[in-house]
Amino acid sequence: MTSTDLGMPSLGTQGVPRLDPEAPAQTKKDFTSDQEVRWCPGCGDYAVLAAVQGFLPDLGLRRENIVFVSGIGCSSRFPYYLDTYGMHSIHGRAPAIATGLATTREDLSVWVVTGDGDALSIGGNHLIHALRRNVNMTILLFNNKIYGLTKGQYSPTSDVGTVTKSTPVGSVDHPFNPVSLALGAEATFVARTMDSDRAHLTQVLKAAAAHRGTALVEIYQNCPIFNDGAFQLIKDRDEGRARLAHLVDGEPVRVGEDHVVVRDGSALRVVPEATADPSDVVVHDAAAPEPTQAFALSRLDDGTMSHVPMGIFRQVDRPTYDDQVRAQVDGARAAAGGPAGDDDLQALLLGKDTWTVTG
Amino acid sequence: MSSKPTRRLDRVVIRFAGDSGDGMQLTGDRFTSDTAALGNDISTLPNFPAEIRAPQGTLPGVSSFQLHFADHDVMTPGDAPDVLVAMNPAALKANLADVPRGSTLIINTDEFTKRNLAKVGYAVSPVDDESLASWHVHSLPLTTMTVEALADYGLTRKEKERAKNMLALGLLSWLYSRPLEGTEAFLRAKFARAPEVLEANLTALRAGHAYGETTEDFAVRFEVAPAPMHAGTYRTLTGNQAMALGLVSASHRSGLPLVLGSYPITPASDVLHALSTMKRYGITTLQAEDEIAAVGMALGVSFGGGLGVTTTSGPGLALKSETIGLAVATELPLIVIDVQRGGPSTGLPTKTEQSDLLQAMHGRNGESPLAVIAAQSPTDCFDAALEAVRIATTYRTPVILLSDGYLANGSEPWPVPEVADLPDLEVEFATRPNGVDDKGEPVFHPYARDEATLARAWAIPGTAGLEHRIGGIEKADVTGHISYDPDNHDRMVRLRQAKIDRIADTVPPLEVEDPSGEAKVLVLGWGSTYGPISAATRLARAAGTPVARAHLRHLNPFPRNLGDVLRRYERVIVPEMNLGQLAMLLRARYLVDVRSHTAVRGLPFTSAELAEVLHAQALDLQEVPS
Repeated sequence: MTSTDLGMPSLGTQGVPRLDPEAPAQTKKDFTSDQEVRWCPGCGDYAVLAAVQGFLPDLGLRRENIVFVSGIGCSSRFPYYLDTYGMHSIHGRAPAIATGLATTREDLSVWVVTGDGDALSIGGNHLIHALRRNVNMTILLFNNKIYGLTKGQYSPTSDVGTVTKSTPVGSVDHPFNPVSLALGAEATFVARTMDSDRAHLTQVLKAAAAHRGTALVEIYQNCPIFNDGAFQLIKDRDEGRARLAHLVDGEPVRVGEDHVVVRDGSALRVVPEATADPSDVVVHDAAAPEPTQAFALSRLDDGTMSHVPMGIFRQVDRPTYDDQVRAQVDGARAAAGGPAGDDDLQALLLGKDTWTVTG
Repeated sequence: MSSKPTRRLDRVVIRFAGDSGDGMQLTGDRFTSDTAALGNDISTLPNFPAEIRAPQGTLPGVSSFQLHFADHDVMTPGDAPDVLVAMNPAALKANLADVPRGSTLIINTDEFTKRNLAKVGYAVSPVDDESLASWHVHSLPLTTMTVEALADYGLTRKEKERAKNMLALGLLSWLYSRPLEGTEAFLRAKFARAPEVLEANLTALRAGHAYGETTEDFAVRFEVAPAPMHAGTYRTLTGNQAMALGLVSASHRSGLPLVLGSYPITPASDVLHALSTMKRYGITTLQAEDEIAAVGMALGVSFGGGLGVTTTSGPGLALKSETIGLAVATELPLIVIDVQRGGPSTGLPTKTEQSDLLQAMHGRNGESPLAVIAAQSPTDCFDAALEAVRIATTYRTPVILLSDGYLANGSEPWPVPEVADLPDLEVEFATRPNGVDDKGEPVFHPYARDEATLARAWAIPGTAGLEHRIGGIEKADVTGHISYDPDNHDRMVRLRQAKIDRIADTVPPLEVEDPSGEAKVLVLGWGSTYGPISAATRLARAAGTPVARAHLRHLNPFPRNLGDVLRRYERVIVPEMNLGQLAMLLRARYLVDVRSHTAVRGLPFTSAELAEVLHAQALDLQEVPS
């Protein structure tokens, strides 16, 4: 129980010091470190880095109050290329480290950069617990459906049958759908975007940064070396147009130009708009209290990329873990009349059951 | 006042033993508090099964609490009980071997039913045959006496029976002239919302006391005079309570908000419980999803400029290894408290052992040095916690603080210190650039080091102009850029080791206690063996064997004079509750042929056992031609 009324969650960056309005505007250059970027030529990570460097100045936050924490993997080199505070940690543990940091420091904008192996394999436990706790941080999950840094083994998002060095006759384990997983963990903000769509990526990142709580953004990202073309079906202009469902809050969910998503019992189905009963057409409601419809939308893609929803699946308000933890401490201090002084600590050390020995 | 004669004793060891559900730990705790308040010195040893409720009346379900109190300073919970209170046949059977013949047994005969006797393999009740003839036996129907004393209460029989531990406590309080007021006040607080249960417990407590006073079964009562203690205000503390208070005090004295990341694990959980009640002191506790997350959260806190702490036991330390390695590489302060228990694997969760020393020293990949210290008594956990924080924040390093199950649950009197007398742990964060770049512009170098300590600057997020990236991948000396350069790696590995070695600059020299100045045998210990070794040394000296004694707080790095101390003695004996882990380190480091004495029974050494070892080693030395 918290003794402080937290009210409705506020902006994700509330509490983080902002730039002086008089100060010269920040640019992409301010967020670019002096380190040489060492991803493979053609890697999707470049596009995401460029989008993040380009978009961070728009937040208007003081650069020193932004922290990027990553795990291990190609994408986890991300913090080195940003001139903010950063920690390149160990495999899978970034959400745990970021939880400690975000909980102690309300004045920081905390970002986690992770990949499909880092977040969903070795770090799966930390990811789901960060999501259920709703710690105020933004998680960028680069999904390339492959292990890149260890040179090409299949990952927990690889399709069944993926042939790699460690699965010469094809992988047999069923993949995770990261969006379904996050919704199952009742994440309060879940979105999907793509490395090659700069405008969409930036738009989703902005919404994620504005969200107070854990925001999970799955970014489809191409690995040109070990899994080239994994998302080609939806990156191709014509194919993509027919397969993508851009989620717009309050609008009917459309796939391509002439199909819509309709309710079919407890599941969803894609049908030609012309044959759809208008009352069955699904209207996207990102703020729905239950994640049920968002989850059903996440299941539209059965792995064949026939129908791939993109955008914000879910965006709901729920008190954050870090705000509540701080409120308990602040509440206890306020109830006791302020921060503890020497006398208060002395009383604690003495306890209630003492005796005195006279010399 | 009692009408019976009172005999004065200088020391008494009592063991309360019963079923896990009989409330023996509570009974022992209360007797401890009331005894401490009388001014006796005390040491306690709770001993309980890992199962919450093992099958009733069975040997695995026996829970006991031993306390040793005296009119002089006591070092251990006592080797052998003078009195065993056995609430059922299992408690008798499990403990009788520890009770010397001639000592007193107080037995609850109500529980000595055919069925209960059969459960532990007694064909005939030992109360009825001659098998207990060498002990002084008081056979009492404690359960019936309790139920009868509570005849007027509208409670069920089961509820009434539950108060039998209070009746036993009342009787023992009479027998050893302990006041009841402390326990009465405790019960009033505990059962404030259940007035009838409160009254029943008070009645049972007083009935036990009155029984001692009136029955002919007890002809004399005993008293133990207060121990001479330094003037001051005292309280009793367990090791886990002392640890929590030490951490809070370190937070206060450093000005750093303390955040504990922890996953529940026996026997460390009580530190989490205690700290979770201290929010008023700015303490935050995060119960993590696992041991790895717990230490990860703590490291995130340290990165943010807080005091990151994690508490665990051996299996948890194993899980935290990789993150502790990250703390070594990122050179951030981190406090890791390992309350050791019997291993390997799950081992003996509720029993004590010192077998994580080598794990603490070396249980990480790569050359991964860090500071290791150990607490030596329950209340010493307080000072050890402050010392851990001093080292961690001064040298920007993880510190593993080793406690163990015996210290965690054992208790002793503690002279409460003045807050103003506690060490000043204030830290300074970096606020400005500490170097220049190629163009001569001021720049922050995260891996530039302090000349004296070799610590790198602690620059926390939110500090303008010091933006930097750290991580587990090897960093270039000074600049902190990623570096695969062979010479740089060699230099960084050596720098990290040198930094830990530098801690010895601020570690006091090891003190040796050798009153006669003639000892040829040195007994060297670390951690919770302090009490038994000290007591054994006294016994040996009293028997005419001069023995020198020293005890290590700092295990990495060792005090600078340790090698000299070891070489000064013809024989060095190292008792450990493991198979010789410190002995191995000493041999490797100093090429001294130390003799290891080891036992891993899940229990502390007895002083008699160690005294015998010391005596035998001294004799052996005399026979060796020099």
